[in-house]
Amino acid sequence: MSESATPSFPKHLLDFRDWNRRQVESLLETAQMMQEVLARPVKKVPALTGFTVATVFFEPSTRTRISFELAARRMSADVVSFSGATSSTTKGETYRDTLRTLDQMGIDAYILRTDAAGVPHQAHRWLHKPVINAGDGWRAHPTQALLDAFTLREKLGSLEGKKIAIVGDILHSRVARSNAELLPMLGATVVACGPATLLPGSLPGATLTTSLREALYEADAVMVLRLQKERMEKGLLPSLPEYIAAYQVNRERLGWAKPQAPLLHPGPMNRDVELEGTLADSAQSLVERQVANGQAVRMAVLYHVLVGKS
Amino acid sequence: MKGDFLIKKAKLVDGRGVHGTADVLIGEGRILSLSGGEAPSVLDASGMILSPGFFDPHAHLREPGQEVKEDLQSGLTAAARGGYTDIVSMPNTTPVVDNPEIVAALKKKAAQIQQARLHPAAALTQGQEGKVLSEAHRLQEAGAVMLTDDGKTNEDAGVLAQGLLYAASWGLVVAVHAEDAGLRRNGVMNEGAVSYRLGLPGNSGYAESARIARDLEVVRYVLDRLAAKAAPDRLLHIQHLSTRRGLELIRQAKHQGLPVTTEVGPHHLTLTEEALNGLNPLYKVAPPLRTQSDVEALIEGLLDGSIDCIGTDHAPHTQDEKELDLLRAPFGIPSLEVCWPLLYTELVEKRGFPLDVLVARFTDGPRRVLGFPPLHLEEGAEASLVLWNPSAQRAVEPQTFASKARFSPWAGWELKGWPVCTWVEGQMVCKAMEGEGIGQSAP
Repeated sequence: MSESATPSFPKHLLDFRDWNRRQVESLLETAQMMQEVLARPVKKVPALTGFTVATVFFEPSTRTRISFELAARRMSADVVSFSGATSSTTKGETYRDTLRTLDQMGIDAYILRTDAAGVPHQAHRWLHKPVINAGDGWRAHPTQALLDAFTLREKLGSLEGKKIAIVGDILHSRVARSNAELLPMLGATVVACGPATLLPGSLPGATLTTSLREALYEADAVMVLRLQKERMEKGLLPSLPEYIAAYQVNRERLGWAKPQAPLLHPGPMNRDVELEGTLADSAQSLVERQVANGQAVRMAVLYHVLVGKS
Repeated sequence: MKGDFLIKKAKLVDGRGVHGTADVLIGEGRILSLSGGEAPSVLDASGMILSPGFFDPHAHLREPGQEVKEDLQSGLTAAARGGYTDIVSMPNTTPVVDNPEIVAALKKKAAQIQQARLHPAAALTQGQEGKVLSEAHRLQEAGAVMLTDDGKTNEDAGVLAQGLLYAASWGLVVAVHAEDAGLRRNGVMNEGAVSYRLGLPGNSGYAESARIARDLEVVRYVLDRLAAKAAPDRLLHIQHLSTRRGLELIRQAKHQGLPVTTEVGPHHLTLTEEALNGLNPLYKVAPPLRTQSDVEALIEGLLDGSIDCIGTDHAPHTQDEKELDLLRAPFGIPSLEVCWPLLYTELVEKRGFPLDVLVARFTDGPRRVLGFPPLHLEEGAEASLVLWNPSAQRAVEPQTFASKARFSPWAGWELKGWPVCTWVEGQMVCKAMEGEGIGQSAP
């Protein structure tokens, strides 16, 4: 088989360390096909018949979980769900014991969400089964980055040479980290912007700036991140009005970007905090499109991880 | 001359230097002769090295209250297997070692175990709460050799100052876990490129150096207060030094004559933050693994004496605890059984670090920190000794540990220098001769 043949895929999606551009592009092409499936009156294909997929969410989430579960069901996989609310004081069953118990029930792939970075990697070591990372702490949220890339390509065509601005709490954002890993792989340049207290000292794949104007200037697309209120309590920000004054993406500031630059937000959104509320509903906003595309992208991920061939 | 053991043809290395080979006769708890004699038990130690027993100023043995992680029996046996004859146990147990009764009980129990000797450290403040001073004098009379709130940081500089002043009256050293709690926050690894990339909460090296800088000023203040009285030659001991910057501050303070000492752990000399790339909580430790530049500085400091000694900070936990996630897994790396062969191999064998200096950092260095006299291989000296093999190579196998913590960041590392026999006051407490497997107990 020649090099240009269908690429083989890693049997997991923990982050993009083990993925290359060709694999990612092929996966996005599969997502395009899944998009077509979702446009049919009967949105179901038999591709994963006989497979059992578990969503294991140790951290609460609604949209990501539903998106994954629908994606699996539309491909005829059986789906089971485990949700364990965790807190730092919980001294009950460990993640490892929970996962090993589930593994005795014949699960074929795990979709994992945790508040701690690295648990998907640990799970991968414990289980020897495909693990899809649905978000681990501040570290990675690869399917979010894939759906962002898919949505951006839908709008902008190729991402080659495109400038993507990511604005908000970069330090604590798995979405920012995964996008900084993925978008440059597809040819884009990423500028990450936020107040200095919410920026890491460095971020491979991204240029960091505290200047919103610099970040948005001539940007081809703008991604706005959710600001969590606990950042004030931890002393990282003076106040919400201060953040809004300095870093809210509003109509005027969006004008620094290229005309009609698409606007993305991974949700859930604090309207009129990180983003001027009406912008979210404007023609520039791709927020709803992101959610729709998320399902197609997750179908593609499940397909590649479980079946493996295009 | 007659004794109990005759160790033949051992090469002698102690804190003074590398000496020739000798036939060492042990009896009545002492070295009776360096020129042979008669004994019912004769060991051919050709090719092996005899050194004074190692002294660890910093180990967590977890008793009382956390025996699921370690207890005196397992911890002191692990120590003896690692070539240690003397161990300072940290007081952050349940309950905290903050009263003379617990110290005495620990001493008594340890003596019955007949492995390495136990020297309990007691809490600087009652309950390690950082408020009310513990009873330094009564604790010392019961056998405590050090005061420390290790496990916690001394946030209140005023309490530390009073504690140092008070401890100085009794000649007790105060040891500190020097990290600024506000700066380190909830960091689980070194803050830097790796933590930024991995999205893990970072603990900056400046949390350590900022606290060291503060504590050195507190020491100056205490010295001023003590001016009329005799200034102590030991006052503050900074535990588990991990940063180049912290070392610079201590080196400078020592040059200015401050009575400050410090230690470094085996993990900070052999591992870096890069180990966290595998996202394995096995490498989660406080202070965290730093950078290669810090490792190089610490080795330099160990060589030039800015760092007085090796302290293992042996920190056993259960396997289950270390397999929690990176936010929840406890901090700590167990190392009593591998510390000497690890550093012998990594520093002496691979880097040409002078052997006698490393031996000094395992023997005279910690003894000086605690106010014990040096121990050298000479006639009449106490026969607390370790015989070790500089040439036999063996992989680290955590499942064979005497410690209850049967995991190790160095699992699989091929090391030389494994201890073969350990004597405490002339009693053989650990024997692992060739062909018998390491770590068999004495008959």
